[in-house]
Amino acid sequence: MPVITYREALNQAMEEEMRRDPNVLLMGEEVGQFNGAYKVSEGLLDKFGPERVIDTPISEAGFIGAGIGASMLGVRPIMELMFWSFYSVAFDQILNNAANVRYMSGGQINCPIVIRGPANGGTNVGATHSHTPENVCANHPGVKVVVPCTAYDAKGLLKSAIRDNDPVMFMENTILYNDRMEVPEEEYLIPLGKADVKRVGKDLSIIAHGRSVIHSLKVAEILQEKYNISAEVVDLRSIRPLDEETILASVRKTHRVLLVEENKPFCGVDAQIAYIIQDKAFDDLDAPIKRVSSIDAPQIYCPPLEKEQMPNPDRILKAALALMK
Amino acid sequence: MPVVSPFVTAAINSGLSKDAKIALYRELMRIRRFEERSLRAYQAGKIGGFLHLYIGQEAVAVGCCSVMGKDDHVITAYRDHGHAMAVGMDTKALMAEVFGKVTGCSKGKGGSMHYFAPEKNYWGGHGIVGGQIPLGAGLAFGLKYLKRKGAAMAFMGDGAVNQGAVHEAFNLAALWNLPVVFVIENNRYSMGTSQSRSSAGTSLAQRAAGYSMAWDVCNGHDLYEVREKADKYLTIAREQHKPAVLEIDTYRYRGHSVADPDKTYRSKAEIEEYQKTKDPINIFQASLLAEKVLTQEIIEKIDQEARAEADLAAEFAEASPYPTVEDITKDIYWEEDNLDKKVSQGRIIFD
Ligand SMILES: Cc1ncc(C[n+]2csc(CCOP(=O)(O)OP(=O)(O)O)c2C)c(N)n1
Ligand SMILES: [Mg+2]
Repeated sequence: MPVITYREALNQAMEEEMRRDPNVLLMGEEVGQFNGAYKVSEGLLDKFGPERVIDTPISEAGFIGAGIGASMLGVRPIMELMFWSFYSVAFDQILNNAANVRYMSGGQINCPIVIRGPANGGTNVGATHSHTPENVCANHPGVKVVVPCTAYDAKGLLKSAIRDNDPVMFMENTILYNDRMEVPEEEYLIPLGKADVKRVGKDLSIIAHGRSVIHSLKVAEILQEKYNISAEVVDLRSIRPLDEETILASVRKTHRVLLVEENKPFCGVDAQIAYIIQDKAFDDLDAPIKRVSSIDAPQIYCPPLEKEQMPNPDRILKAALALMK
Repeated sequence: MPVVSPFVTAAINSGLSKDAKIALYRELMRIRRFEERSLRAYQAGKIGGFLHLYIGQEAVAVGCCSVMGKDDHVITAYRDHGHAMAVGMDTKALMAEVFGKVTGCSKGKGGSMHYFAPEKNYWGGHGIVGGQIPLGAGLAFGLKYLKRKGAAMAFMGDGAVNQGAVHEAFNLAALWNLPVVFVIENNRYSMGTSQSRSSAGTSLAQRAAGYSMAWDVCNGHDLYEVREKADKYLTIAREQHKPAVLEIDTYRYRGHSVADPDKTYRSKAEIEEYQKTKDPINIFQASLLAEKVLTQEIIEKIDQEARAEADLAAEFAEASPYPTVEDITKDIYWEEDNLDKKVSQGRIIFD
């Protein structure tokens, strides 16, 4: 199997889907001539031309709104946000228009649009550029939210997102763009709403999404080697739809839960997960559910402190050990 | 262009003393050397995140800020080091900020894009393209509302004019007669996109006409001209509560940020042409030599001092401590930082 980066996986997914369906196009700032601010769209302009790989001005409300409008007519735009953080400029378009138009029209209209780009902290770009809005988006019925953490998942999920007939918010991570792994050559799709047990264990369920999964896997290894604790790591992959079954199955097996996410804690995704677990698996719990999220403050610039602010292996390990006491 | 700018005789410039001219030259030099020093610090791994250098554009910030009145105010985007120095911020605190140190102007919390000094009428340093422009209109609104005699200057790049927020601010400023000068620093590119690939029409400033707002263009390589035009519109704003859009032609020599490979959208020859023929420091230096204000000796001395100041700032930054983990949750709410005056109840920071 070829080994490719997370970035290449996304690039392949877009290329394959653009070849498959002439209605799929890519639009965003610097996606064409510049080959993408993070080079995710590298080469696509050459392959598909400026009609389908469209550079936009810095007008997020305008071009995201235009993409949503076009999607109502059956165009299938992939919209790149240079950073997901800039979604707030287009908030009304995404979370009023795309999220609601189907409902308000009594089901007559749908928006087959994908809005994708990096949504992460950890690169010292400060408070305005480090938002992780999966919780905010998922709070709006009408949009779907996907957060892949490996190249394999990124490719299979992006292809599904592009084929999806609803608006899909696809959140990547700049720190993962260079991560490599084997990805099959033959075509595959990963359905939205399917979590992935990335490590099987029996003593503790660590439930995470995004880069927190990668940290959690490291911690699971340490727990095994140093403490003889067998941790299961569940990667949500998709926030909405959400794979409740896989979450609950894991909880019923291990009886202890640590939730890890990069969101700020208040109304983070894991607040909903914790609710679901206590609601549906209360009797299976041997200990209160614990969380590790980002420290509750706007994202700090200071490089060594940003590491501390975010979930990191040290913080996750500490929380896991406390939970196992 | 003649060696001495025709704008040297403009009222705002004709009264400048020899020393005042030398001081302006020194400002340009200090910014250039500070930026070069911060680039070296970035390359040495001392700085995280983005670093958007102002090299090539110095005459814009220095020219505009040098004509500010006592109660005139500045707000700008993320390419903010030049403006910060032009309003008189201390380079030690600026360098410490990009190093992420607690001695930085924002205590290491904001980084390169987020310099602030309200006591110097400097309201940042903003990372979202165009996001600062309504704030600039709001500073002007505040001045007028509080019956203070002053104006705001809101700086943006050529790419920012395509943000809706900018146009909403233009309309408000014109509709409400706000004392604000919107300054477009047109360095021809927004990241890798040239003006013609991002902006309809031929003139950015002319968009003001749609709001019946005054507009003008300016050669940003000529410090004298920048001073003349900025003073003209600041004065009108201050005296008559009339806004304006001033588009200043300039150029950045470095990539959009230090991370920009700068390979796809312009030629090396283009950059070199600007450096050779339009460098704002060279142009001002040549003028001051012709005016017999500067000598080689003074030029050399100013350069040495500017380098020494930048080095000192870097040493200060290096020696300073980082903030602590406890600091992460400070400076979020006024009320939490002023517990003696706290009236709200309930928990506000969570885990
Ligand atoms: C809303 C928003 N969209 C995109 C970006 C990413 N971005 C940062 S600077 C920039 C280019 C801006 O160019 P311009 O306004 O010409 O200013 P310059 O960098 O040339 O000073 C872009 C696209 C951002 N920071 N904010
Ligand atoms: Mg520009």
